[in-house]
Amino acid sequence: MSPHAEEEDATNAYQSLSETAGIDDPRWAFGSGFEDVEAEIEAPLPAGVDAADLAEYCLMLGDDALVCAQRIAEWVSNAPELEEEVALANTALDLLGQARVLLSRAGHVEGAGRDEDALAYLRSEAQYRNVALAERGDDLDFGVAIARLLVFTTWRLALMSRLLDSRDPVVAAVAAKAVKELTYHREHAARWAVRLGDGTDESHRRMQAGLEAVWPFVEELFRTTDVERRLVAVGVAVDPADTRAEVDAVLDQVLAAATLTRPDRAPMGLLGGRGGRQGVHTEALGHVLATMQSLARAHPGATW
Amino acid sequence: MIPADDAPAAAEPAAGETPAAARRGWPLYEVFVRGKRGLNHVHVGSIHAADDEMALHNARDVYTRRNEGVSIWVVRADHIAASSPSEKDPFFAPSADKIYRHPTFYAIPDEVPHL
Amino acid sequence: MDTSTPEDAELQAQFDATVAADQRIEPRDWMPEGYRRTLIRQIAQHAHSEIMGMQPEGNWILRAPSLRRKAILLAKVQDEAGHGLYLYAAAETLGVDRDDLTQRLVDSRQKYSSIFNYPALSYADIGVIGWFVDGAAICNQVPLCRCSYGPYARAMIRICKEESFHQRQGYELLLAMVNGTDAQREMVQESVNRWWWPSLMMFGPPDGDSPNSQQSMAWGIKRHTNDELRQRFVDMTVPQAEVLGVTLPDPQLRWNPDRGAHDYGEPDWAEFKAVLAGSGPANAQRLAHRRRAHENGAWVREAARVHAEKQAARKEVAA
Repeated sequence: MSPHAEEEDATNAYQSLSETAGIDDPRWAFGSGFEDVEAEIEAPLPAGVDAADLAEYCLMLGDDALVCAQRIAEWVSNAPELEEEVALANTALDLLGQARVLLSRAGHVEGAGRDEDALAYLRSEAQYRNVALAERGDDLDFGVAIARLLVFTTWRLALMSRLLDSRDPVVAAVAAKAVKELTYHREHAARWAVRLGDGTDESHRRMQAGLEAVWPFVEELFRTTDVERRLVAVGVAVDPADTRAEVDAVLDQVLAAATLTRPDRAPMGLLGGRGGRQGVHTEALGHVLATMQSLARAHPGATW
Repeated sequence: MIPADDAPAAAEPAAGETPAAARRGWPLYEVFVRGKRGLNHVHVGSIHAADDEMALHNARDVYTRRNEGVSIWVVRADHIAASSPSEKDPFFAPSADKIYRHPTFYAIPDEVPHL
Repeated sequence: MDTSTPEDAELQAQFDATVAADQRIEPRDWMPEGYRRTLIRQIAQHAHSEIMGMQPEGNWILRAPSLRRKAILLAKVQDEAGHGLYLYAAAETLGVDRDDLTQRLVDSRQKYSSIFNYPALSYADIGVIGWFVDGAAICNQVPLCRCSYGPYARAMIRICKEESFHQRQGYELLLAMVNGTDAQREMVQESVNRWWWPSLMMFGPPDGDSPNSQQSMAWGIKRHTNDELRQRFVDMTVPQAEVLGVTLPDPQLRWNPDRGAHDYGEPDWAEFKAVLAGSGPANAQRLAHRRRAHENGAWVREAARVHAEKQAARKEVAA
């Protein structure tokens, strides 16, 4: 069906703008926007890299993005203004896109025949590798949502910008795309933090409360796992501890502009020395996954 | 889609009839996009935003897929001076009771002073 | 019509000539008050429908059964927010503002399409909404790309393009499901059974029962009657249902070679009126959701406005 075949009008400047080569013309928002990354995902394992380590690392980065995207998607039809509806959905879509490539790469490298969906839908909480910040709920409080987005994107941008030269071609390709996306997300979150912090008394209070709510989860972002340590040595991963100075500097700058105070909150502790990267999560993740996986698990063997 | 229900027309507000007290929304911005090099900026629609920077962000989110190569202009609708297509019409004489004859099809937000 | 003075009569004549010549009326042109009010109502209700339409589909984003389906659905619901934006912008050229229209929606003073007062109960509904509801929307909307009011017509051009994409996506999901497990096939048929009649009702009451249609057609803001569009939808959908192998739940549905069109049964107009009057399965829930989102966002909108004022004041001091 060509709904506007009858509408051609060469004098309509608006229409000449809307003429596009295809559904996915990048000039326009809205559309699928999915890139075929099949070829990259099949790329051979870089020499000297342990397959299990790389698979685990891709799960860490992929699960962070997937769980955070799921949280942001809770805002659909709940955003404070229509324009923000579109912006939040863009952010969730970008993170979901990063997750899909990383989970696919994890499945390929693992070599057990699991694809992105098997990994997303058929793993239990203990098999997820995301940091707790990603799973932190916000109860549709925009202050908490922006605080989480600000910290998460600031940190992830710092990570991704150090992964541009990763020896794993898929990690490097994801990083190249993610750096552009996250630069935009961080900017978006930072501007909101400033508007809310330096807005009304109520918005100042709620933005500060949002920061307080997410702050206990910040420390975990800089903990280095053994997997990361080994992959840093072979040029695949980045040591998250190396991002701390940049993250602190960015957050300090935003908080100052927003007239907000850096929270002084005790970091959330580990359980027997283990945290999100080792599959020990907060109670929140179980609920996120119960919702996300319910339909897929109810129909084993179905294709959608 | 259209609610093709032929619902009885509740009285629609006349332009400018908005109760001022309740309406403290963000101002309206008009959005112009240069789709590619060699073309003029073209008006593509409008968005609401609290300030210029938010307007650029919103325009980029809504009207482009945040494509780096695209140039966007945003301008507050109440800063646009516009001619009326029928103003040369000898019969046209604005009268106070027909609001749509005035150059006010862009509602001026309450918070704009001195207007 | 308001042709109370010679000037008005002249302006009215110019307006009529413009519409008759299939030219566009633009925001600053003179227009009859009835035309303006009808347009505001139609465009606003259309915009509200896009925004309310986010809810039934949004209900499944978190549970989408694959990551690809999740991304498609998220992008689609985002499109609906975008469509709402385009349409509110078109309405604003007529001298109303969006906050006011939103207030009218949450106060139940303006309507939205009744189809969204039905619940989305299974993932097949995501496909069927795309196939039926977006399909019906396309039948309704394509003619509006040539609507007499310029801003509305231009908004419709972009919206139609995206809607046809949505309809294909919905149909493609259903194709995947009918080729899947027995449970999936049953889910599709059950969903078709629930959505078929409400979809036919989307075109509005029968022509004889549609008092506003004649004037709207004369004004060029409606180009086909309700029954014409409904017939077009039925004829378009029947062969698509055959390809899917699903049954449309209407025993009277059959090809009529004399008319060159399908005969079909009468929708339950009592149900239509009841849903319109507010007692559909999801009316209260949908409105409460929209009202809550709007109210929960008030402090955010206010903060941004106040911050912008502070910034402007600082700039003034610095200058």
